[in-house]
Amino acid sequence: MAFFVEVLVGGLLAGVMYGLVALGFVLIYKASGVFNFAQGAMVFLGALTATGLEQQGVPLWLAIAMTAIFTVVLAILIERLILKPLLAQPPISLFMATLGLAFVIEGLAQAVWGNNARALDLGIPDVPLEWLLDSTGVGVSTFDLVASIIALALIGVLSAFFSLTKTGRALRAVADDTKAALSVGIPLERVLIIVWSAAGLVALVAGLLWGARNGVQYSLTLVALKAFPVLIIGGFSSIPGAFAGGLIIGASEKLADVYIGPMIGGGIESWFPYVLALLFLLVRPEGLFGDRIIRRV
Amino acid sequence: MFYRLSGQFRTSYYEDNRLIGEKLERTVFIATMLVASIAIPLVASPYLLSAVLIPFLIFSLAALGLNILTGFAGQVSFGSAAFMAIGAFASFNLLLRVPAIPSLLAFLLGGMCASAIGVLFGLPSLRIRGFYLAASTLATQFFIVWCLSKVGWFTNYAASGVITVQHVAPLGFALDNHVSKYLFVLVVVTTLTVVASNLMRSNIGRSWMSIRDMDVAAEVIGINPLYAKLTAFAVSAFYCGIAGALYSYAYVSTVEPDGFSLDLSFKILFMIIIGGLGSILGSFIGAAFIVLLPIWLNVFFSAMEHFSGLKAPSGITSNVELIIFGGIIIVFLVVEPHGLARLWQRAKEKLQIWPLSH
Repeated sequence: MAFFVEVLVGGLLAGVMYGLVALGFVLIYKASGVFNFAQGAMVFLGALTATGLEQQGVPLWLAIAMTAIFTVVLAILIERLILKPLLAQPPISLFMATLGLAFVIEGLAQAVWGNNARALDLGIPDVPLEWLLDSTGVGVSTFDLVASIIALALIGVLSAFFSLTKTGRALRAVADDTKAALSVGIPLERVLIIVWSAAGLVALVAGLLWGARNGVQYSLTLVALKAFPVLIIGGFSSIPGAFAGGLIIGASEKLADVYIGPMIGGGIESWFPYVLALLFLLVRPEGLFGDRIIRRV
Repeated sequence: MFYRLSGQFRTSYYEDNRLIGEKLERTVFIATMLVASIAIPLVASPYLLSAVLIPFLIFSLAALGLNILTGFAGQVSFGSAAFMAIGAFASFNLLLRVPAIPSLLAFLLGGMCASAIGVLFGLPSLRIRGFYLAASTLATQFFIVWCLSKVGWFTNYAASGVITVQHVAPLGFALDNHVSKYLFVLVVVTTLTVVASNLMRSNIGRSWMSIRDMDVAAEVIGINPLYAKLTAFAVSAFYCGIAGALYSYAYVSTVEPDGFSLDLSFKILFMIIIGGLGSILGSFIGAAFIVLLPIWLNVFFSAMEHFSGLKAPSGITSNVELIIFGGIIIVFLVVEPHGLARLWQRAKEKLQIWPLSH
């Protein structure tokens, strides 16, 4: 039983991280209706830039701050060079543009910082919590716990931002109907920059946490692919949904890998989340928390 | 001046129904086919055949397959490489396990296996659309590659998971050198392209396009979305499957499941974006572009190194390639969202009125 709980908790904690990556997707989708495939590349770029700067001798906090500023600059560039010229295009063209953007960012990150994997130490110990281990026999790492708290805090802040602030309402208006939002005077340019910066910062946090756990390497971009099933289950436009989806995917993936995996040859982590999401879609095509899909001719 | 449509009248039903209506285009097509089938095998170097022309034709076929699904029927898919893998491994196993099976039949059945699985994984498209569907095709991609590498039977229990394909001689035409491989691929690709062009003018092709443009409206005017979507998945997977069989039997000859990764799926998707969604010609232009781009970049980099005397650090070239790759896709979407095929269309319109400007 303790083993089951440990696997479950490990999965849930991994799920929080998936949720964090998925959150970046949701932010952009919610505010501009664009499915940003480059989110994974942004996670990679953020982590790599911060680590690279740190290894050049910059203190960690300064490296992170510099990366954050760089992320905002990147958001402005993306808005100018890609989103603005593609404003009137169908969502699928925008999506494909972000596919191209993913390649550019990955290439850029590696061209500047090199192809080698790097280690990142955030100064949070990665050891099991002793009191929990002693009392229940379940090992939960301090690092995972801190990472989850950071992720939860981010999700809380962003939810509040979207629902309570004026800018948040503007973002939702743009997502709902870009033309109508423009005509009532919402500054689209600024809204897009804000939302891409926010997504970039979320990506940076996700990248730092994932990077500290597994090393900063190219496979970080693949973590983003795991965000797809998370988004399907949680719904593309819901911040709590991203979180819930992350938990479901994280937990079920780990449990399936431990309990079903050995029966059919192992390695099922690579596809299990997608098949789970697929089954989910057949029941609820708009995800757990997504907006109801209403289609008109 | 060079390209005139005036004076060409279609006076019979037969003429009106021709696949290539205009006289000049017909001439160009026949000339291209003559060059491709007679001149190129005579003069082309083995390198040109094996590293450029054969992959170009095979990827064109795969891109055509994806274009049928994405460009014509409007269902975005990230699973085209998986269908190529099914085509390749099904052909391999049929040739291995069925005694005295004609290789052409094995390829055909391999394509049909891909088709059957395509229909299976196309089922979710009835409930979901857009990004949700695109994300669900990732399940196809990962599951099939996993399945092929985990179940030993598919690779005939090869220890490394890599198979070396048999030597085949479709219709007694042995595929043992570059020229014969090239000619075989050329014949297959040309035949399937003609079939696809005809499909697009038929009832089924038009139902795909109406589903793409507005599926609810298509349903209202009496198109069965179940039938239209699933046939699109079936035909698309068939084309990708045949492309996969050709890929393994006429191009690389040692195949492993991991060779058909998500990267390959993306590559094929880029071909149709750059070439032009919903354009048969676009599939070919896009494939040519993607096959040639790395070669050009390599030539460019080595020339740069030669002239500047500097050696680019290793790894830089592949990253610059990524940047250029992504950059080109963005530029295309911004400047010409309909791809290179539309540029060609425009060039034709200009040529018709040249030297006048209007």
